[in-house]
Amino acid sequence: MSGAGAAVDLTGFVRPGAGAGLVDVFTRRYLLWLLVRKEVQIRYRGSALGWLWSYVKPVTQFLVFFLALGVFLQLNGSIPSYPIYLFSGLVVVNLFSEAFGNGTRSLVDNAALIKKIYLPRELFPVATTLVALVNFLPQVVVLGVVCLIVGWTPSLVQVAGIVLGIVILVVLATGLSMLFGSVNVSFRDAQNFVELIVLVATWASPVLYRWDMVAQVLPDWALVVYQLNPLTAAVELLHAGFWYPTTDGSAALPPNLIVNGLWSLLIALGVLALGQFVFRRLERRFAQDL
Amino acid sequence: MRRTSDGAAPGPRPSIIARGLSKRFLLRHTHSLKESVIAALRRKQLSSTFDALRDVSFDIAEGESVALLGLNGSGKSTLLKLISGVLQPDTGEVLTRGRVAGLIEVGAGFHPDLSGRENIYLNAAILGMDQREIDARFDDIVEFSEIGRFIDTEVKHYSSGMFLRLAFSVAIHTEVDILLVDEILSVGDEPFQRKCLTRIRQLHAEGKTLVVVSHDLDMVSDLCERGILINGGSVLFDGESHAAVARMRAI
Repeated sequence: MSGAGAAVDLTGFVRPGAGAGLVDVFTRRYLLWLLVRKEVQIRYRGSALGWLWSYVKPVTQFLVFFLALGVFLQLNGSIPSYPIYLFSGLVVVNLFSEAFGNGTRSLVDNAALIKKIYLPRELFPVATTLVALVNFLPQVVVLGVVCLIVGWTPSLVQVAGIVLGIVILVVLATGLSMLFGSVNVSFRDAQNFVELIVLVATWASPVLYRWDMVAQVLPDWALVVYQLNPLTAAVELLHAGFWYPTTDGSAALPPNLIVNGLWSLLIALGVLALGQFVFRRLERRFAQDL
Repeated sequence: MRRTSDGAAPGPRPSIIARGLSKRFLLRHTHSLKESVIAALRRKQLSSTFDALRDVSFDIAEGESVALLGLNGSGKSTLLKLISGVLQPDTGEVLTRGRVAGLIEVGAGFHPDLSGRENIYLNAAILGMDQREIDARFDDIVEFSEIGRFIDTEVKHYSSGMFLRLAFSVAIHTEVDILLVDEILSVGDEPFQRKCLTRIRQLHAEGKTLVVVSHDLDMVSDLCERGILINGGSVLFDGESHAAVARMRAI
């Protein structure tokens, strides 16, 4: 640094490739929007049903679970409005698994670009989460319309709860995608591991059964852990928003819903911070390891 | 020393400063846990290292055009990737001033299922332009590419020449201060190559900084004023471009 270059005025110089992380994603939001639009455009290109597939899949999944659990295991009798209960949980898990699964693979999928041009690499997991959100919103609209038909009058608190639930999901999925996605660059084991997590997540939150069935079995401390799972909080917030108002109120909602929701948001933000930290540490090697 | 560092008459400010750059790649010989264990038991090497660059330093002044010369595997492309920020150096540092864009393997961000028009927007945005800038240059890009009425056709139906022309024309119309060019002459037929060279000369005349890698030695020595010859990851020669090419031919 001394010697020949000492006199050089370094104002205006930047170190190439040293980005500001997630902040850069928002300064490049036009590119983010184009990436999301591209993914949305090409996802079902060449298929006759097109975007209908994003309805066919959740509807089939819903019917299978409803038949197996609602009819055969007779949860339909013990949980009021079980179809709505089931569907409002399933959309949450589907958003989570799509955002997390595709987000984890997003860096490897965009290897050609990452190896040749520098751009904030956080763009890829963030874009996949947003694409999953685009896929998710129509399902929520369908859910909302069904609830309105069976007599739901939305209140401000319910809608705020639903929004909080979705925010928790988006933050959590983005954080986990960054964490596992950056590990996946060097160790493709990560994407297989993520499939396992997603499988467990479907059953480890009250999507198919009711939370008080868990409460009867688990000791108190384990129930706290169960409820601090951000996914559980998101599922319960959507239950409280969509499902609970369509019942006669005989089924109890879990206590401290809002407090648990805020704690979960905090945990999700912690995961996002951890994801960003690990991502930054491993980012230096992305272009050479892909 | 070079003209950038004589204190008496301050020349143009540098655009790119490289100080003591080294880059070492780790080559893994095993690809799974099982292989690693077996290799360890047989006392084979698990990995080896390769020094792509060793202690490379230079300043490139604003508006200068520089050819990076060297045989295959000498470290030219690694150096270009360090300047563009795709790779990070192990030691030393690179500093750049202004917007950097690379004509490095054009078409990396193209998607075959999108139309030419959509690909222009996507790629120009990848190269750092915003919507207003792309709107303003869109017609120039299409005209330069000679794609014409196929602009709304999906890129997968293009011939390989059309594809390369479009990709190249997006890259060359990017708003930049420093343009990194890797192997431009692999693009298109001869008339199009000439057109590209004219455009690059024009950018240089406008005061843009150019860093060019090419195996067409006669072309680069005419295009660039200065040549940096790299061999085995170290700078062997740094000076006038024709002299650098002569030196390279002597290797």
